[in-house]
Amino acid sequence: MAATDTQPDDPQVLRTVDGVPLKTALAVASRRARIRAFFLVVPLLVFILLTFAVPIGQMLSRSFTDDKFSANMVELGKWFDANGKAAPDEAAYAALAADLKTASEEKTAGNIGTRINYELPGTRSLFTSAARKAKDLEPPFKEAILALDPQWARADLWAAMRSASAAATLNFYQAALDRQIGADGNFEAAPENVQIYVKLFIRTFVMSVVITGLCLLLGFPVAHLLAVLPLRHASLLMILVLLPFWTSLLVRTTSWMVLLQSQGVVNDLLVALGVITTDGRLEMMYNQTGTIIAMTHILLPFMILPLYSVMKTIPPSYARAARSLGATSWTTFRRIYLPQTVSGIGAGGILCFILAVGYYITPALVGGADGTLISNQIAFHMQKSLNWSLAAALAAMLLAAVLILYWAYDRLVGIDNMKLG
Amino acid sequence: MALPIYADPLERIWYYSYRVICALIFIFLIAPILIIMPLSFNVEPYFTFTPEMLRLDPDGYSMRWYDNLLTFGMAAPDALRDGSWWADAWANAKWIQAAKNSIIVGFFSTIVATVLGTIAAMGLSRPEMPFRKLIMAILISPMIVPIIITATGLFFFYSDIGLSGTYFGLVMAHATLGIPFVIITVTATMMGFDRSLIRAAQNMGAGPVTTFFKVQLPLITPGVVSGALFAFVTSFDEVVVVLFVGSHEQQTIPRQMWNGIREQISPSILAVATILVIFSICLLTVVELLRRRSERLRGVTPA
Repeated sequence: MAATDTQPDDPQVLRTVDGVPLKTALAVASRRARIRAFFLVVPLLVFILLTFAVPIGQMLSRSFTDDKFSANMVELGKWFDANGKAAPDEAAYAALAADLKTASEEKTAGNIGTRINYELPGTRSLFTSAARKAKDLEPPFKEAILALDPQWARADLWAAMRSASAAATLNFYQAALDRQIGADGNFEAAPENVQIYVKLFIRTFVMSVVITGLCLLLGFPVAHLLAVLPLRHASLLMILVLLPFWTSLLVRTTSWMVLLQSQGVVNDLLVALGVITTDGRLEMMYNQTGTIIAMTHILLPFMILPLYSVMKTIPPSYARAARSLGATSWTTFRRIYLPQTVSGIGAGGILCFILAVGYYITPALVGGADGTLISNQIAFHMQKSLNWSLAAALAAMLLAAVLILYWAYDRLVGIDNMKLG
Repeated sequence: MALPIYADPLERIWYYSYRVICALIFIFLIAPILIIMPLSFNVEPYFTFTPEMLRLDPDGYSMRWYDNLLTFGMAAPDALRDGSWWADAWANAKWIQAAKNSIIVGFFSTIVATVLGTIAAMGLSRPEMPFRKLIMAILISPMIVPIIITATGLFFFYSDIGLSGTYFGLVMAHATLGIPFVIITVTATMMGFDRSLIRAAQNMGAGPVTTFFKVQLPLITPGVVSGALFAFVTSFDEVVVVLFVGSHEQQTIPRQMWNGIREQISPSILAVATILVIFSICLLTVVELLRRRSERLRGVTPA
């Protein structure tokens, strides 16, 4: 622009009526159009930020903090700041006694105990009972507190209190990876019998892979049939795919509960056909089998629809050309047809997998003990154990996995190509 | 896909077994949804076909579970079925309360999601839209992020700002969940929209508002309505967020079903399920008709 301004009479530069160079005018106009387009999206973007991004961001920040201990144990916090990893001395016990006294006055001992209990199960009552007797404690505090309960001398208890004395913590991620505070104050692998989360993550991924694989196995032939049939027949059969898609999730889960019960329709049918005896009725519900069957049924349309939309665009002449050049039908399928469906397989597969990894309702209802997934554990910590920070840490890890898959989906398929029905 | 004449016997066998396999998969897809319908008319509180039902004996069937839906929670369910009985049912029956809540929340969240979603989709479908892919990814993410994570986040957020247990909070949450569906369906319709029509309208002197209501909206209405239906169904079927942020009084149909299934699954649940299946058949029909209408409007004829 600067160059054009210095040579106002350059006949090479095209100008508008007002004398503005055409290039500049075009840039201004297109910038204005871009801003106009962007302003149409702004209201929704703000809405999604407020009702979706902010809540999730806030939840993520919660996974790094818990001030139930640090806010209520001020004196002990000061002692930890001053003395670091030193062994607790009389001053430390005095600070503990003072904090317990405050806690009993403000009735926060339960919260404090709960926070330490996350790290060292079974220690909550230590805090509540000590707080009840805190006002009678006399110096020397070390003897007095140890007289209440010798457990107060435990090194791992002091290590847990030290790590809880700061609100910001990675402890919940450590816990979500089955690690705990050891006697020396460092993290170590939790004992075999309490390691659950890593196993649960692995189980979630394995079951999602199995469900996605089954969806592909069942979805591929159906999608192919729908793609090659004349449209009139195909759209009739399409209803059979779309009706489950539109039916309430709870309805579909309920039907599977009804069908798979030990006194249910499937078992009755198998008994009537003589496949199994009345005593040998199959246990298909409240275990992994139930979850896998029901979730495969629920996610199958998400596999069929993307596969179908890709298969519909494959010209049948390629396969005919291969046959006429002497390929067998198997070779034609393997070398000609299958490679052309890969993008559909990718789209449907990733979509099914993303949805399966985060599934909650169906595993909660038909999963029983060994058919539940990571989502159910998050719900358990939200509603039953009330260890919200651990729930948030688990949710953050699940979210990270889902976002990576989402990014892969975008790279492979493109979000704008997502279609529904 | 007729069998070609050059097919060898093996291919013939495969041709027919392939059809059988496909038929079995279709049965797998549809049977669970259809089988609960007759079971909901069972006289006995069982979830299997009694010998009477198999013999098609009318005594094996009854409407008792549907009746149960009406009377559950009523003050005087055994009173004479006159006007006051129905008033009682309307005011107190648990399932009717749940239906009212579901419809209220679903209606308002659909309005919010459809209006905001349609405006945004208009922006997104313009070729000059900046950061199109990123914005699209953000707007669709509520559909991708596991519902339990969204519900957990909303639980903390709403308790902090005092929205938990309010209808407003629930409507906002459900609108968020419905928005991706509106965005996807409306942008798909907009993609097939001939933008020269807008320029033609503007050429003839129509302002942006007139152009939108007289030219653009009539052509994209089918897409907007199916997006709205998707959003409504999403809200109508949503249980996890309601469980996390809803108050005890805010029982919706899915939440009531969830409670029923967890506590003591009774054939009443099957009656509700049957009604919901019929409801989704109606919705599917409407969406299908709209899709055909949209294709006709845009001059696409089915091959």
